[in-house]
Amino acid sequence: MVDIDHHAELAKAGAHVTTRWDRVLFYASRYPLGAIGAVIMIVFVFSAVFADVLAPKDPVQTLASASLHAPGGDFLMGADMMGRDMLSRIIHGARISLTVGVASILLGGSIGVIIGLMSGYLLGWFDLLMQRLIDIMQALPLLVLALVMAASLGPSLENTVIAISIPLVPNVARVVRSSTLSLREMPFVEAARAAGMSELRVALRHVLPNILAPLIVLFTAQLGAAILVEASLSFLGLGVPEPHPSWGRMLSESAAEYVRVAPWLVIFPGLAISLAVFGTNLFGDALRDVLDPRQRN
Amino acid sequence: MTEPAQTSVGTGEAPLLDIVNLKKHFPVKKGFLSRGVSKVYAVDGISFHINQGETLGLVGESGCGKSTVGRTVLRLLDPTEGSIKLNGRDITHLNKADMRPVRREMQIIFQDPYSSLNPRMSAGDIVEELLIVHGIGTAPERKQRVAELFERVGLRKAQMNSFPHEFSGGQRQRIGIARALALNPQVIIGDEPVSALDVSIQAQVINLLMDLQAELNLSYLFIAHDLAVVEHISHRIAVMYLGKIVEYTDKKTLFTNPQHPYTEALLSAVPIPDPTIKRKKTILQGDVPSPIQPPSGCHFHTRCPYAEAQCKIDVPVLKAYGPGHMVSCHLR
Repeated sequence: MVDIDHHAELAKAGAHVTTRWDRVLFYASRYPLGAIGAVIMIVFVFSAVFADVLAPKDPVQTLASASLHAPGGDFLMGADMMGRDMLSRIIHGARISLTVGVASILLGGSIGVIIGLMSGYLLGWFDLLMQRLIDIMQALPLLVLALVMAASLGPSLENTVIAISIPLVPNVARVVRSSTLSLREMPFVEAARAAGMSELRVALRHVLPNILAPLIVLFTAQLGAAILVEASLSFLGLGVPEPHPSWGRMLSESAAEYVRVAPWLVIFPGLAISLAVFGTNLFGDALRDVLDPRQRN
Repeated sequence: MTEPAQTSVGTGEAPLLDIVNLKKHFPVKKGFLSRGVSKVYAVDGISFHINQGETLGLVGESGCGKSTVGRTVLRLLDPTEGSIKLNGRDITHLNKADMRPVRREMQIIFQDPYSSLNPRMSAGDIVEELLIVHGIGTAPERKQRVAELFERVGLRKAQMNSFPHEFSGGQRQRIGIARALALNPQVIIGDEPVSALDVSIQAQVINLLMDLQAELNLSYLFIAHDLAVVEHISHRIAVMYLGKIVEYTDKKTLFTNPQHPYTEALLSAVPIPDPTIKRKKTILQGDVPSPIQPPSGCHFHTRCPYAEAQCKIDVPVLKAYGPGHMVSCHLR
């Protein structure tokens, strides 16, 4: 389906789209920024998956003699106060931070999509109830809500994901609901009903695909927020417990005490977080365009 | 093809689609806490029928309720009152599941060819989906059927894989027609299917619709505001004003001997492509009154050049003026 759109253009360029790989290259040349984003994400995902092999040292192994070791020599990115290798901790940290980020987006996002679709579709008392609940949730800042959740659930990886994903629900639900409200009145939705399609099919086949664009933008933007909230929770001792390395905690712990004597303790985790957020945003923008048939020619 | 049907209004022959006293009122909510206090009388007691292979044109100004008629007949909206019979079967109160097989018999073509096609689905998928939903054929059979439909409406088979944005307005309307034909319906409701198109494209689409009618013995309810278009395609015409039918007759009678003052005004507004012809023009003053508070008596009395005292008090009924000619006016 996709390659028909591009065949003419590719033929002009003298190229031949034959394999999936060619298609990937084609999109990469078409959306260079998206390709950069994709590369950044692949690097992070790769280091998260193969952290055990890639990390030069044990991320939790302390070494008193290497305390606050400057970058270079044995410690490429330096060492923290307890002499733990920063590079290894950042590589392992990708695992925690990406898992928390992606899992909470998926969990919070899917709950939000379901609530939003149902709200915009069923209307009536369900919508009223849900919207008031969401009002209440939106009245509290993301961090405060996550804090309360994390404090009541106790510190662990799963609970951190839940604590971060629930506060994401209102934003997603609002966006999905408002798009659903306008889409349900579109003639093509009416046509689907006139053809005797079930409401579920109308919602999944005709409404949902048309709200993908705002959803992808929202999801990629929220991924950054999720990583940062995880950082704050960990800083307060409510996130992923020690000694598991998380970028957020590495950043916030050292920012207070060591930013002057050992700036590398702040710079490298900060760089990792920024790059991950930057990469997902670039990739998300390109993905939105690639998935939209109107943007394909 | 364009000759008026031999059957006339109100004969004993069993019609394919029979609408009796159809009403659709929408409640208007005034505020957050108050209940619906007033109503929009969008469709207020109209009756008509369509025979097999016949086209009924439904004309009127915007806001007169003609699109609501189409949607209510299709049961996309639930009627407030009245009955809808298809092939002699009352479908007014069928539930969703029971309506499903009925939907095979009745389809719709929309006005706006841009918003009536899902932008995320390919043209072929849009047409094929109806077959999937109604469990018709295997995957290759369905593809075959969609290809046939595409060729029938004047599109190329290869265009099945293209997305709606790659087509022009006229081509998109052809996809809409292919979709309406997919289930082999008996009745197609055209909700201003050509008003959004260029005049040259309008003619092509109208001719396509007429060819299909001749070939498949389709019945059309053709909703439009353009009398010239309706004159070309219809056998009989119903003129609507503010939720009611004011004149209902065959095409020839309507154009040569209009009896309702509103029909007269509509006809005098149709441009004649000859600048030398002079004619008496009846130009209506003002706008269509609000359907929330329709005028007393005859709804048209506020704009009628011949209105008399009685028109403000008594509601006229649609009565026979001549054979197959119904008019709702005190003065006739």
